[in-house]
Amino acid sequence: MNLILSLDAAGQLAYTDPDGKRHENILVVRAYPISAPDEGVSLIGEDGHELVWIADLRDLSANNLNLVSGELARREFMPKISRIAAVSSYATPSTWTVATDRGETELILKAEDHIRRLGLTTLLITDSQGISFLIDDVDRLDRHSRKLLDRFL
Amino acid sequence: MNNTSTPAPPSFPDVWQTTVRPHLQGNEQIHAWLETNLDERLHFKKSLLLATENRLLYFASFDREPAAGARSCLEFPYRARLKLEQHDHAGVGSLTLTEGESRLAQWRYTLALDAATLRFIKQFVRQLDSFLSGGPVVTDTTEACNKCGSALVLDQCPQCDADEEAPPSTWTLLRLWRFAKPYRWQLLSGFMLMLASTAATLVPPYLTMPLMDKVLIPYQNGAPIDTVTVSWLLGGLFASALLAWGLGWAKTYILALVSERIGADLRTVTYEHLLKLSLEYFGGKRTGDLMSRIGSESDRICVFLSLHLLDFATDVLMILMTAAILVSINPWLAVVTLLPLPVIAWMIHIVRDKLRTGFEKIDRVWSQVSNVLADTIPGIRVVKAFAQEDREASRFRAANAHNLLVNDHINKIWSLFSPSVTLLTEIGLLVVWAFGIWLVSRDEITVGVLTAFLAYISRFYTRLDSMSRIVSVTQKAASGAKRIFDILDHVSSVPEPAHPVHLENISGRITLRDAGFRYGNRSVIKGLNLDIEPGEMIGLVGHSGSGKSTLVNLMCRFYDVSEGSISIDGVNIRQLPIAEYRSNIGLVLQEPFLFFGSIAENIAYGKPAATRAEIIAAARAAHAHEFILRLPHGYDSLVGERGHGLSGGERQRISIARALLIDPRILILDEATASVDTETEKEIQKALDNLVHGRTTIAIAHRLSTLHKAHRLVVLDRGVVVEIGNHDELMAKQGAYYRLYLAQARNVDADLDDNPTQTGEDEA
Repeated sequence: MNLILSLDAAGQLAYTDPDGKRHENILVVRAYPISAPDEGVSLIGEDGHELVWIADLRDLSANNLNLVSGELARREFMPKISRIAAVSSYATPSTWTVATDRGETELILKAEDHIRRLGLTTLLITDSQGISFLIDDVDRLDRHSRKLLDRFL
Repeated sequence: MNNTSTPAPPSFPDVWQTTVRPHLQGNEQIHAWLETNLDERLHFKKSLLLATENRLLYFASFDREPAAGARSCLEFPYRARLKLEQHDHAGVGSLTLTEGESRLAQWRYTLALDAATLRFIKQFVRQLDSFLSGGPVVTDTTEACNKCGSALVLDQCPQCDADEEAPPSTWTLLRLWRFAKPYRWQLLSGFMLMLASTAATLVPPYLTMPLMDKVLIPYQNGAPIDTVTVSWLLGGLFASALLAWGLGWAKTYILALVSERIGADLRTVTYEHLLKLSLEYFGGKRTGDLMSRIGSESDRICVFLSLHLLDFATDVLMILMTAAILVSINPWLAVVTLLPLPVIAWMIHIVRDKLRTGFEKIDRVWSQVSNVLADTIPGIRVVKAFAQEDREASRFRAANAHNLLVNDHINKIWSLFSPSVTLLTEIGLLVVWAFGIWLVSRDEITVGVLTAFLAYISRFYTRLDSMSRIVSVTQKAASGAKRIFDILDHVSSVPEPAHPVHLENISGRITLRDAGFRYGNRSVIKGLNLDIEPGEMIGLVGHSGSGKSTLVNLMCRFYDVSEGSISIDGVNIRQLPIAEYRSNIGLVLQEPFLFFGSIAENIAYGKPAATRAEIIAAARAAHAHEFILRLPHGYDSLVGERGHGLSGGERQRISIARALLIDPRILILDEATASVDTETEKEIQKALDNLVHGRTTIAIAHRLSTLHKAHRLVVLDRGVVVEIGNHDELMAKQGAYYRLYLAQARNVDADLDDNPTQTGEDEA
């Protein structure tokens, strides 16, 4: 797949379509950010319309892949919880102290149904700010974390 | 001429026999009778109508004094132009006998007799016809109910038997055996364990006997304590306690396991059966009621089996075993001990009965309270808009006050209850003490025996209270079982074909032949004929109530036609397996329903195995792709029951993508764009144009502009086709469609009734 992508002076991604028209400030979004992050990525123009559909990231050239992944990394924020250190109470709202792949933080769980089951062992937790935290595999958490988590499931 | 072989009608009321006999001539036979229950002033008075071979007879109520001039018996010999007709108004039916233009007589009855009256008229007409023509009487081939005369279905009368609201019998619980049968071996072992564990609990009081007589009392009399005996006895006490613990655990665990499985089976079977029932069933039931039947009723049965029935059986076993042990030790003391038992049981039962009515009242009051909540919370926008918060608050307060009142009353009895049981128990013990001491004083029993007796009875006196509960819990469980079996016994009105025909490739030709549909006794579709070519788009037009949605429901086979037939590719849809047939239909409704789950799951609802690429392709075609990408989690975004966070147009486009994904041969659009604004409608219209392409499409739309692509428009009015043709033809015809179109162009509510004379011409 041959795409003409570039970064403008402000570090924003720009795309030049086959007709030579340049689109600035484009957005990169994943179609299935949770269930299949590498399948289906779309470049969306400022007006909200899709410019390019990338069925598979592997189709991109190395340089373009760098640009797209860089943009995705800057936009996407979904910390992965590796350990639950403590919870303030077993009744919601409850403040959790967690260790994530992006460091230690606290999140406020407003209600039990903000914990969403994605697969058998994958959980998505949305905190009061709307940030999504991912637990990849519940079984891989340590005993203490699992015990705390179990009180909310 | 006369059909004398006809037997006298069954269940002819005896009270009339003596009145009627003298009036019958020779071998005149009664062929039909009707006991009307109102007189001409609409008072409840019975009178009798008879149809014989050659006349109609009327007998006035026998307890009434005949008024001047009125006769207690009237006769109407059969002659031409005699006619019996029935009308009803506001619950009162009238039966009128006319001859040509003149009215000969009129009788009144309540509508409970409606079916019987119709039957009587039918019989009368047959007798009259036979009398006039001289031919034999036409007889029914189908068997008729002897109560109301309607035709029997599977030996049951749909009129009489369906209406019987018999109170749930406790025997209904026995029907649960069907669900218990797979677990019969576990049940048997559970019962054995129950026997053993109950026996084990009865060992300790028995051991107190030797402990008293052989250890403690000899010691008081100066003998040293025999440590070996003591350790044996104490060891026995400990071992029996341990045994009772282990057996009790195993018994409770096994039986709870089984009852939980029975409950789960019951739930799944009921739900699966419910899903197979036709829409007609769901139309007549409230969602909450069905939900509680499957959810809480099955749970109640489960708790009854695992807890109440188990406890009760254990208690009964214990009392029987205890009684046997007591009698074996000392029959006289046993009799005295057990005598107060029935009395106490009876008294507890009385109090419980009082409490039960009270608790039932609380249940009803509680439902009143929740009714207020259920009313106002969903309608909160209306409440706030009309500033009626205070009114709703006072309504709630009133319901709550009533709740308090009833609770106070019941608490008065309730608080008295357990002290009373304790008192009765103490009195029972007192009797045993008194009689026991008397027996000890006469050296008939030892102190140890008396202690053992006291230990035994204090055990089961306390159980009497919980045993008395069994009556009401059993009734509740029985009513729960009945409500569940109500669902299970219901047969779908859209049955699966006995010999299904499989169609490999459906081209999408739909043929309706004299299709008719009645909803109750209201006929919604009448004699409808329509041929739809494969790939053709048909627009259904007409004002609300004209039968458009019903027609669509019939095509989906949500209901079956009452008359005529609907065929696809020349095969009656009743011959096709239902699920297979429906997989060829894509349905887009006015109110799109999204299930709880991700957007991808919702789009793939009709084809769970769809790949991600297929889902995206469908969403693109439905013009939903771009707005889905704007959502924080794209296709993985969660949508709730009503699709929170999505606008009506967005939800509609998801439901269009859902229909597109299954690639149906037949597409049904039921007001798909009715609930969105014009701008969104254009977007949806674009999506729909993709969908419609190359498929047989039936579209209902209120806005006629959305049907511009339709090949033919079918104008319906009151269940009949009024006009068929494309837009231009119908406009040129200046008929019902023309008026509808003009009315919409003028932005006025369209109404086919605007010009009744012209509509009449169109129909002709």
